[in-house]
Amino acid sequence: MTSVLESLNQGLHAAFAQDARVYLIGEDLLDPYGGAFKVSRNLSTQYPDRVWTSPVSEAAIAGVGAGMALRGLRPVVELMFGDFSTLVADQLINSITKFPAMYNGAAQVPVVIRTPMGGRRGYGPTHSQTLEKLYLGVPGLRVLAPNTLSDPGDLLRRAILEQNDPVLFVENKVLYPKQVLDNAALADFEIQASTQDFAPTHTLRLKGAPRPALTLTAYGYMAELAREALTRLAFEHEIFCELVVPTQLAPLPAGGGLQPALQASLQHSGRLLTIEEGTYSLGWGAEQLARAAQHFGGRLQAARRVAAAEAPIPAARNLEDAALPTLEDIISAAREMV
Amino acid sequence: MSDDAALYTQLATIRRFEETVLDAFPKGAFYGTTHTYIGQEANAAGVLAHLHDGDLVFSNHRCHGHFLAYGGDARALFAELMGKATGVCGGIGGSQHLHWKNFYSNGVLGSTAPIAVGAALAEKRKGSQAVTVLFLGDGAMGEGVVYESLNIASLWGAPVLFVVENNHIAQTTPTELAMAGSLAGRFAAFNIPAVELDSSDAREIYAAAGQEFAQLRSTPGPRALILHTARFGPHSKGDDTRDPAFIEELRATRDPLTIHGARLEESERTAIEAEVDSAIAAAYAQAEADPLPEHAAYVKAGY
Repeated sequence: MTSVLESLNQGLHAAFAQDARVYLIGEDLLDPYGGAFKVSRNLSTQYPDRVWTSPVSEAAIAGVGAGMALRGLRPVVELMFGDFSTLVADQLINSITKFPAMYNGAAQVPVVIRTPMGGRRGYGPTHSQTLEKLYLGVPGLRVLAPNTLSDPGDLLRRAILEQNDPVLFVENKVLYPKQVLDNAALADFEIQASTQDFAPTHTLRLKGAPRPALTLTAYGYMAELAREALTRLAFEHEIFCELVVPTQLAPLPAGGGLQPALQASLQHSGRLLTIEEGTYSLGWGAEQLARAAQHFGGRLQAARRVAAAEAPIPAARNLEDAALPTLEDIISAAREMV
Repeated sequence: MSDDAALYTQLATIRRFEETVLDAFPKGAFYGTTHTYIGQEANAAGVLAHLHDGDLVFSNHRCHGHFLAYGGDARALFAELMGKATGVCGGIGGSQHLHWKNFYSNGVLGSTAPIAVGAALAEKRKGSQAVTVLFLGDGAMGEGVVYESLNIASLWGAPVLFVVENNHIAQTTPTELAMAGSLAGRFAAFNIPAVELDSSDAREIYAAAGQEFAQLRSTPGPRALILHTARFGPHSKGDDTRDPAFIEELRATRDPLTIHGARLEESERTAIEAEVDSAIAAAYAQAEADPLPEHAAYVKAGY
């Protein structure tokens, strides 16, 4: 078995091996350290001239990556914590994603900015956030969030080598030690895999379960909790759910439509519970629910969100547990909907 | 054409273009805003005359002069300001957001700095001989990312010429209210060799820039050229808060066209001016007649 961390590391190594235009820029990248979360381990040893450990200058390294991408290279920029993405917001919003469109299609900026997000590690208010919602809806930005249902490293490799759009690649840090699931680990589930653009979406239901009464949707680490909730809801409460797990958070289908896998699931469940680690209001879940309401109108019988509290993520363990969405939150929200 | 005549043609082209913009704006020919380069023409003309094929230029909100001196087409620039399909960026970019060949401009001060450094490093890694010119104003020197970029450019040996055009005023704020220390000191802090010049003489600027380019092409690492200059026009259209008498004095003492024009025979100078006037008028007329972009296609493409 391979962990998410190992898979991502392998994906980077594969991208470097496959294409000499791939570079990595970030803080504390050099071996033996290999980046704060070790996703970049052994790269600086194998590719010393293509791995550039940088000053603590997030805005500049994002901009340097953008300039390299503009001139035909395939740079990856590692931000040590997703919380620091705010320092990069100007580059991301006013340059990286602007150039292709505002230069009328005459420029491409194929840079991948990858960063860990998320809490449950006790790092406190500025090292635990799930901030990707700030960047969802920025025109021209592809936001990807891997999970354990398919190979995170392969998604990263393809984002680096095959995508001409700028990509924000969001890695929930609690996912790093989790195993990428194989068929044996998922033996209880009937799984449908589909593709949105080039990123996989998975739809899960328990084998032999009756028609689902509720659709759960979650990405990243929250998909782990949602999968566990799906099992417990079936065995403990006889509530049968389907779980839709996208890896592409943005862009969503043009014209306000739902992702096809989510639409297909809602077609027979008629109820939608969105589950995210970002804060509750104005977020990813809100957009899914809005699209569901727009598409299904009165046929959408129930709609709810499970998300983080609208407060800084506290450092104390019991407070952090209270601020972030839990398995129990998902189960109780689901029970209230069916 | 002699070098002096070529330089004068460049200066006159930028001047005439910008005067046409300011004249036509109140008549409703353009939409939005603009930032003209009147008074600073010698910088673009003197610096960019040294470009080789393949060199890169990153410019800012006040980019028309840079674009024209780079070799950009006046009709395409007028069309861009008019929001026409034939504009440099099909009417999407407008006055501040231009890209043609290896010329890029953007409207957020300082945000181009790391991008220019990254582009220069990419060219170096690719083994091209291209160097990169980044135009910054005194106003942009208030942005933190500029200093991150100077640090990285110096550390990683990026072949960038940082050209700071200090026109002594950022929109309406005099530099002395916005800048502690000196411009030269800023580059010295990062071990970036800097040459400083207080001139509106295109020939002087051309000579100083020539030395900088020669160094840049032969020795590794970035360099800086600090050009103290004078902006005769407003920041954008009608927002000049300076004493008109002061601007008159600037025009009398620091006009690049007067200074450099004095080197030419009057007949040659007036012939160049007449030629430039008619070329700019023709470019304007062509742009005016050009079609609007297809708005339905833009939205559909989604970008």
